[in-house]
Amino acid sequence: MSELIVSILLLTGAGFMILAAVGILRLPDLPTRMHASTKAGAMGAMMTMAGVAMHFADVVVFTRAFAIVIFILITAPIAAHVIGRAGYFLGTPLWEGTIKDELKDNYDEKTHSLYSGFEPAPESVIPPTHKKRSEDDED
Amino acid sequence: MLSVVINIVYFMLSVALLFAFIRLTKGPSLPDRVVSLELIASIVVGYVGVHAIDTGVSSLLDVAIVIALTAFLTAVGFARFLERGGRKSE
Repeated sequence: MSELIVSILLLTGAGFMILAAVGILRLPDLPTRMHASTKAGAMGAMMTMAGVAMHFADVVVFTRAFAIVIFILITAPIAAHVIGRAGYFLGTPLWEGTIKDELKDNYDEKTHSLYSGFEPAPESVIPPTHKKRSEDDED
Repeated sequence: MLSVVINIVYFMLSVALLFAFIRLTKGPSLPDRVVSLELIASIVVGYVGVHAIDTGVSSLLDVAIVIALTAFLTAVGFARFLERGGRKSE
């Protein structure tokens, strides 16, 4: 029974890994490749570790496997975010079928500041009412 | 039954490793290569886990921990290198 569960976990994990590898080989640009590899690859490693914990059925091994799972779960999104950010700033070309790139017009690559599109024009940064009140205070 | 499954899993992981390696050699930009290196590291973590089951040596899990740690550190290091102006293409 335990052998059956271990086999299923290992096979599913390897299936996720192979899906990630096919995705990283076939998809057209950097963000889509990361979409395939980080999620499915981490899932495959975690399911393999679950299979290892099931197979040994020992507290020490279970703790180690659980630590690996937690570590992958924490670090995979961070690594993906960091690489994706670096790749975007390098100007890696997106796929030509990309529909939406919301950062393109709203992000200043020099100062790393993000605009929402609702900023007032530079001349009217201080609203007139505030100006008047400050003049009154001076009096 | 488990030994047959382990052989199948070894084969699947090897195919996945081959695909990731093709992307590593082809990859048009450096971030592509870093992403595929990260995938290779997690495939190797899976390999080590399967090998631990195969041989019955549970100490091999420490190797998996270290590989996962170094994969994360290389990803962060490469990203910082790229953002500070590394080689743009290649």
